[in-house]
Amino acid sequence: MFSKPNDPPMLTAFKDSSLVGMIALLIFSPISGIILNGYGFNTHPQTPIMLAFIVFIGRFAYQLAALTPWGQRLIQKFMLSKGKRGVYVASPGDQRYLWIILAILFIAGLVLPFYLSKYYLTVAILALIYVLLGLGLNIVVGLAGLLDLGFVAFYAVGAYTFALGSQYWGLGFWSAIPLAAAFAALLGGILGFPVLRMHGDYLAIVTLGFGEIIRLVLNNWMSFTGGPNGAKAAEPSLFGLEFTRTAKTDGHIPFHEFFGTTYSPNTKFIFIYLVVFLVACLMIFFFSRLRTMPMGRAWEALREDEIACRSLGMNHVTIKLSAFMMGAMTGGIGGVFFAAQQGGFVNPTSFTFFESALILAIVVLGGMGSVVGVVVAALVLTILPEMLRDFADYRVLIFGILMVFMMLWKPRGFLPIRRPYFTKEGQA
Amino acid sequence: MSDVASPTPPSPLLSVQGLTMRFGGILALNNVNFEVQKNSITALIGPNGAGKTTVFNCVTGFYKATEGQVILNDNGKTTNLRKVLGEKFQWSDYVNPPAFLERLYYKTFGGSHRVNQAGVARTFQNIRLFREMTVMENLLVAQHNHLDRNLIRGMLNTKHYRASEKRALETAYYWLEVVNLTEDANRLAGDLPYGNQRRLEIARAMCTEPKLVCLDEPAAGLNPRETVELSTLIRHLRDKHNVTVLLIEHDMGLVMGISEHIVVLDYGQVIAAGTPAEIEVNPKVLAAYLGTEEGDAS
Amino acid sequence: MEFHILGQQLVNGLALGSIYGLIAVGYTMVYGIIGMINFAHGDVYMISAYITAICIAILSFFGISSAAFLIIITLIVTIVIVSLYGWSIERIAYKPLRNSPRLAPLISAIGVSLVLQNYVQVSQGAKTQAVPTILPGVFRFGTETDFFQITYIQVLLVVVSFASMALLTYIIQKTSLGRQCRAVQQDPKMAAILGINTDRIISTVFILGAAMAAIAGVLVTLNYGSFDFSVGFITGVKAFTAAVLGGIGSLPGAMLGGIILGMSESLFSGFVNTDYKDVFAFSLLVLVLIFRPSGLLGKPLVEKV
Repeated sequence: MFSKPNDPPMLTAFKDSSLVGMIALLIFSPISGIILNGYGFNTHPQTPIMLAFIVFIGRFAYQLAALTPWGQRLIQKFMLSKGKRGVYVASPGDQRYLWIILAILFIAGLVLPFYLSKYYLTVAILALIYVLLGLGLNIVVGLAGLLDLGFVAFYAVGAYTFALGSQYWGLGFWSAIPLAAAFAALLGGILGFPVLRMHGDYLAIVTLGFGEIIRLVLNNWMSFTGGPNGAKAAEPSLFGLEFTRTAKTDGHIPFHEFFGTTYSPNTKFIFIYLVVFLVACLMIFFFSRLRTMPMGRAWEALREDEIACRSLGMNHVTIKLSAFMMGAMTGGIGGVFFAAQQGGFVNPTSFTFFESALILAIVVLGGMGSVVGVVVAALVLTILPEMLRDFADYRVLIFGILMVFMMLWKPRGFLPIRRPYFTKEGQA
Repeated sequence: MSDVASPTPPSPLLSVQGLTMRFGGILALNNVNFEVQKNSITALIGPNGAGKTTVFNCVTGFYKATEGQVILNDNGKTTNLRKVLGEKFQWSDYVNPPAFLERLYYKTFGGSHRVNQAGVARTFQNIRLFREMTVMENLLVAQHNHLDRNLIRGMLNTKHYRASEKRALETAYYWLEVVNLTEDANRLAGDLPYGNQRRLEIARAMCTEPKLVCLDEPAAGLNPRETVELSTLIRHLRDKHNVTVLLIEHDMGLVMGISEHIVVLDYGQVIAAGTPAEIEVNPKVLAAYLGTEEGDAS
Repeated sequence: MEFHILGQQLVNGLALGSIYGLIAVGYTMVYGIIGMINFAHGDVYMISAYITAICIAILSFFGISSAAFLIIITLIVTIVIVSLYGWSIERIAYKPLRNSPRLAPLISAIGVSLVLQNYVQVSQGAKTQAVPTILPGVFRFGTETDFFQITYIQVLLVVVSFASMALLTYIIQKTSLGRQCRAVQQDPKMAAILGINTDRIISTVFILGAAMAAIAGVLVTLNYGSFDFSVGFITGVKAFTAAVLGGIGSLPGAMLGGIILGMSESLFSGFVNTDYKDVFAFSLLVLVLIFRPSGLLGKPLVEKV
């Protein structure tokens, strides 16, 4: 702007960074520097100045780095990694020892709950629920390339199927799982069928609207759902054994009485953990295998090029629908576990748009399409905020920045996508 | 070309009757009539903007024609390619429940994929491969409708499922051999050189087991050697695999060399049709290509 | 039916609808030009509500009480700062993604939306904020007991909305800048070949959209008086509904869609149920997309094969 062509490069960099810093100051000042207080205000000039200074320093450092040869190399490398597709074809036998790692992880996962306190048990269960949700949304967004911003609707439907089902019809934990799955999938199908035939981004906004509709209905239909007060689900049980101090349902016996041990409140959570863990493992197996099956291949093909798919005789609506319903089903199952983890109590505040955004963040950071990535991202994004309680206020801010940053830097995720290798005999 | 009064020779595979296409106020196609004989190689030519690709899109079901019919007649099995796309309800449907239900069915489940299922496959002018999937996966996806898609059988990896996948692999390898891409089976489709991508797209279309394959400018961007190979391939498809070929092409050498029947379009109308020898000397065609005083051909 | 209630709901609906229309412009222009739902647009509107309140607070602190002066200064300041927001968001989060996979800019936009909401929440607190009434006074119609009223602010709101829409339409239809915008919308590549700086035009579109959202923010804040950090979300989705209803890419469509949505929402909450008015608006969105995806004034899309 106010730099002249014959300025030394350092000065140009300084002037440019100052300009950027000024803009930052102008942007940050009103919101973070002047805090509304009733009809009046308080001033906090140090916050915007500090923020603008950070922007200035960052910009200046970048500009200076761009002047040095190693800095240029770094920037070039960054640009290159951005352009890379991050897809590679497997070589035969490169995952020969994978099963050993998986077996170790599986056993570790099974043993883990017995060493956790009640608080960490609930965190671990929540993390696994998010693994489930992430896997479900990953099918829709990562594989089929459909942006679903109302995924939380199916999660809510799952949780409320369990809660309202046990309130009104005495539905138990075990029967709730398949029922919630089926119901969420059905709802996904009913919503998806008309919506999925329309073009691209509209889907995002329709699903967003749908998610809000579900939440608003749950919140406002006081007589049926209990409104903001929420609904209560049954206690989970195993073959008629309950995990409470005294049995809540007729004919059920508490677990500790049956085995003659002392009562521990942890038992219930260990039980839920183990069930979620096994279901999550099953889903991981299911979805990894699906990727190499005709259905999974069709989803990815559809993401790559819908028109080509149609020219090959594939019904894009039903293929999208299958992905959508499969995702919804997984979300529904996640909801049942959420209701159980919450001590059987659910209310609409757990199912806001933010929840959808969080699940989307898991899929995005996991690398859209990679099962391993999604599992890791789900664990990190749920466990880390619990560890860093001091930053709780900034959680959403950090998620948002991460999402933007991820798109700018590695839109396909950290882990490269692996494509299967085929020989004449089959998949190697 | 006047009305379809000409005596119909032994069952054309594809007949296009009175095809008209409007985009808003623009008349892109105006009463286009032509036929593609079974087992022939038919070319659709014309200057840029004549409406060739629009005809292709109507035939392969990507555009819904404003008027006219596209009929596929394969050994007595007749498919109305316009109906399967799903049409608007007519007033008469409300008093004729079977017609109403049929239209409702096609409106709900119809679409361009039905055209392919009826036996018409196509390639695209700007190649549309699944670029981030391997060559092999591209060919497996194309066989989607012939595979065992049962989820449970797939999860349990049953014999039936394995056999189905094995057959698909064999078909894919067969076509890779035909288009000479066996070496590239496990490369990403997007990484292939341009000419190979064109051939892969043809192989992919053939994997859907079509009766009629429509090639949209298959020689565009190919070097002379690749063009010669392409014409050998097209002939091979027709002679050995019993398919009928309809192609749009600008390379007159290729068109004149391989096609038996040529349809010439200009300004959305058929201006001539016949054998290459007839077309070469047709004054209307020459005028369309070289321009007359009142028209500008670009 | 009680006519004064009907009248009141129609007046409220018109005011609400003009606001939706103003915000919808931002969605429709951005969608028209780069084919992307600018998910953060609703939050840009939310920012403008805060800046309005801050501006009024500062001006009142200096003892300025003339309503006209207050409103004009607030409008100018808000438009400038919020346009700066719009420009920076485009620059940072969307511009580098011009040629990336289809979902990337959309996800980036959701990220920006989260950042804006949380930034405001952390800085200003989660509580509901309010502004004093600046322009009291109403026009009343009807008898002593059965009447409906139009506040001065509502009149101002509708007049300013229509005036700014008219100005924007003039810019797009008659000026060289507008011609360039329309050219880029039609065919960005060709426009670039003809020497139009497409990046600059896209930035301009974001600035125009943000400015419209800023005007909406000022007017809404003056009208309703209270807001919090989450208002952008619901209003944003509804404004998008308005844009789709009117036909995405069409400026008069955005205004028409806004007014239809505002009126029907207002009538719905007056005569049917207030709790479900958002459900009603969202259902309308779903229905429009299913049955008339090209909207009332939009052109049907032809797929490029």
